[in-house]
Amino acid sequence: MKVVLRNPRRELEVAGPISVVALLNRLELNRESVLVIQGDELVPGDAMLDDNGTIEIRPVISGGC
Amino acid sequence: MKCRVCRGPAVIDVRRQNANYCRDHFLRMCRDQVAKAIDEFDMLHPGERVLVAVSGGKDSLACWHLLRELGYDADGFVIGLGIGEYSDASTAYARTFAEERGLTLHYCNLRDEHGFDVPTAAKATKRVPCSACGLSKRHLFDAAAREHGYDVVATGHNLDDEAAVLFGNVLRWQTEYLGRQLPVLPGGNGFPRKIKPLVRLGEREMAAYCVLTGIDYIVEECPMAAGNKHLGYKEALNAIEAQSPGSKLDFYFGFLKRASARFEGESGGEPVTLQPCERCGSPTPAAVCAFCKLSERSADCEPVALRERR
Repeated sequence: MKVVLRNPRRELEVAGPISVVALLNRLELNRESVLVIQGDELVPGDAMLDDNGTIEIRPVISGGC
Repeated sequence: MKCRVCRGPAVIDVRRQNANYCRDHFLRMCRDQVAKAIDEFDMLHPGERVLVAVSGGKDSLACWHLLRELGYDADGFVIGLGIGEYSDASTAYARTFAEERGLTLHYCNLRDEHGFDVPTAAKATKRVPCSACGLSKRHLFDAAAREHGYDVVATGHNLDDEAAVLFGNVLRWQTEYLGRQLPVLPGGNGFPRKIKPLVRLGEREMAAYCVLTGIDYIVEECPMAAGNKHLGYKEALNAIEAQSPGSKLDFYFGFLKRASARFEGESGGEPVTLQPCERCGSPTPAAVCAFCKLSERSADCEPVALRERR
């Protein structure tokens, strides 16, 4: 599957099936700091992602103060 | 994952609550948490007009949306800060949000109306950009509230923002700031009341709220905020939260409940007499307010061009 990361924008190819939690662990991303989105839908942590399609891993931390 | 309320398929987990939610019950939980914060901290009263400080990011747009959902008379105000394409894009998100919902959005362009922008002010003052940005936003939100007759200014500060600021202030024991780190700052003397209705919600929930309600917001980070201390504090707190869910909530609300009152006397010193600024008329303890001083210093500086984003 294609994995789109933001800030900065970049793309990775990751083989499925893999759970959302396992994918975030593999990419060393903190679940508190991101959302996983497919199309316009949120993907819950226990969902299995297959080889097809595109998912976005969107950071949720913003730095204004 | 099943929704804790209806046992239907869940779309998001909120680990500090040890709960999962479907779309509808997650949105209801967000509304309930905002209503609870407003009630708990006596933020708003019937008939008051609210001006939401809008940036085009997830928090301020979600805040505006939630206040309207709860029935409050809330309009928006966005500032063109002159931070290159980032400012243009974020202002466009705010405009689109307002237009699609038929809401009133006030607008001010810092360079056009006051002769400077944030990058130039940062260079002129030799301070971090967030300093000039924050000063300008506070001044302009207050002035807009006075000009348009709003009682209250609402900002999109969420639990993560407040916990991170508290973390930074505690690390350096900046007691004068601890004394006024509250979800509500009272108004008076020409200043509107300031409220933070999102203090019971984390920024992951705010991003999820936007995705689930179809609110399009700027995901890109402000180029001038990259690498700032505030982001580092958030990352540190999220590392703790991952190991111990609920830590951020306990840290911030524990401070409000057990400690904040101890610092009340640290923030103000002697009461100051306010008078109208000679330049703009805003209430200030000095002859000329800090914003007008910033404007004057920046006007003498060559405008700073930002590199285009790739």
